[in-house]
Amino acid sequence: MIVAGCDVGSMTAKAVILKDGELVSSHIIKAGPSPEKSAQEVINAALEKVGITLDTIEYCVGTGYGRNEIPFAHAIESEIACHGKGAQWKMPSARTIIDIGGQDAKAIKLDNNGNVIQYVYNDKCASGSGRFLEVMAAALGINLHDLGEISLKSNNPVTMSNQCVIFAETEIISLVNEGKPLQDIISGLHKALAHRVAALAKSIGLEDDIIMTGGVAKNIGMLNALEKALGKPIKPCIVDPQINGALGAALFALEALEGKKS
Amino acid sequence: MIVAGCDIGSLTAKAVIMKDNTIIGYSVIKGKAKPEDSANDVMSNLLEKTHLTMDQISYVVGTGYGRNKIPFVNTTISEITCHGKGAQWIMPTVRTVIDIGGQDCKVVKLDNKGNIVKFSTNDKCAAGTGRFLEVMSNVLGVSLDELGIISEQATDPINLASTCTVWAQAEVIRYLNMKKPIPDIAAAINYAMANRVAILANQVTVEKDVCMSGGVAKNKGVVAELERLLGVKIKRLKYDPQIVGAIGAAILAREKIMGDKQL
Repeated sequence: MIVAGCDVGSMTAKAVILKDGELVSSHIIKAGPSPEKSAQEVINAALEKVGITLDTIEYCVGTGYGRNEIPFAHAIESEIACHGKGAQWKMPSARTIIDIGGQDAKAIKLDNNGNVIQYVYNDKCASGSGRFLEVMAAALGINLHDLGEISLKSNNPVTMSNQCVIFAETEIISLVNEGKPLQDIISGLHKALAHRVAALAKSIGLEDDIIMTGGVAKNIGMLNALEKALGKPIKPCIVDPQINGALGAALFALEALEGKKS
Repeated sequence: MIVAGCDIGSLTAKAVIMKDNTIIGYSVIKGKAKPEDSANDVMSNLLEKTHLTMDQISYVVGTGYGRNKIPFVNTTISEITCHGKGAQWIMPTVRTVIDIGGQDCKVVKLDNKGNIVKFSTNDKCAAGTGRFLEVMSNVLGVSLDELGIISEQATDPINLASTCTVWAQAEVIRYLNMKKPIPDIAAAINYAMANRVAILANQVTVEKDVCMSGGVAKNKGVVAELERLLGVKIKRLKYDPQIVGAIGAAILAREKIMGDKQL
């Protein structure tokens, strides 16, 4: 029984393939302007990894910002539901998911059956999303993926006075000019973002276990900063945190197929 | 009696020199990295223009974002007070001043004596400040001055869904890629800008006469949209809207001296 999940986000597209309930392939690409093309491209890459073709996929669920434009999806599911579903796969103790994506941040509370009890998100202000770090990395001339490692060297993070991405961008340039160490600036950026996301997550109440998903979860500095801001530990993700939504979509596909067969 | 007002903003520096109750010269320059350099430059520029020297000026009031870094001031006064004072001096019937600067926006309500009754300000979010227009004009590849003019040619204005400058910027790029006409996009930008300012203005309940100060007041598109949104006519000031704060500072400098003399 082969099923797939495809998560087309604003910045990246992700695909997951499950065979008899086991994860056999996954892939992540940078999203292009056309969600349809991104979906095709990412599923093809995932299929290629295991040497199968699209017609062997018995059921596929689409999710994410571009979910309505995935040509090969049999059904669609909301991102929130997919993140909830994905999080409890092989980790049934997960109750709170904090997802920081390129364009938003969400906090989702689950019951012990993986159902979403409550959720909250911010997609109005870029300062509470992954875009904040992206803009700052570009302003500092540093690769986004290096932020985490660099920040670990800091023991004196700066305190940012601006929240707005546009104003903060100017502020960090001044900080660089003042000669503030890079690791302290980056660590300060993590602290600032963590503070905002923690406020969002706390608004629905934190319940253990907490996991963090989305591309930003790969940033170790950010993970540490968020643990500090929440005052609680974050459990590591079983899968690549970026494919959690696609995994959830694939699990929905599996359920749909099992339902049909029975 | 010669006095001066110096307004060091985030993007520009302004200075005004008054003799008795008349403006005898003013200068507006683009700000330098250091506020003290901006202050020195704008003042020496103005002294040259007016053929005066610093020691001929009896009193200087500093204002604006960089007011505490101005080396030659006798005292500093908040921007809110200076804008209110300046606007009222130019147009005594003014009751509401909408000041849009490079990095903030203020709405000040005055009584008939020029005292501040109420004010609201935004310096936390770039949307609704001059910075928003600056970012957008860069994306469109038109100058800030053009932005207000080309929107007049809009035939089918777009509506931007995002408030956040970062998201709105991405939206504008998308519309450019879709080959939407620049005037239609420019109109959307001016509308979005006016909309944010109107929200702030409505917090103090706008009262007539209304005037605008700050650089954005020169953008006809934003002014027209703001008039529509607020349902009032915005009166044009007879001086450069960018120097209203500096004028207010100069008047307050004059009042300081007169007050001292009375004592």
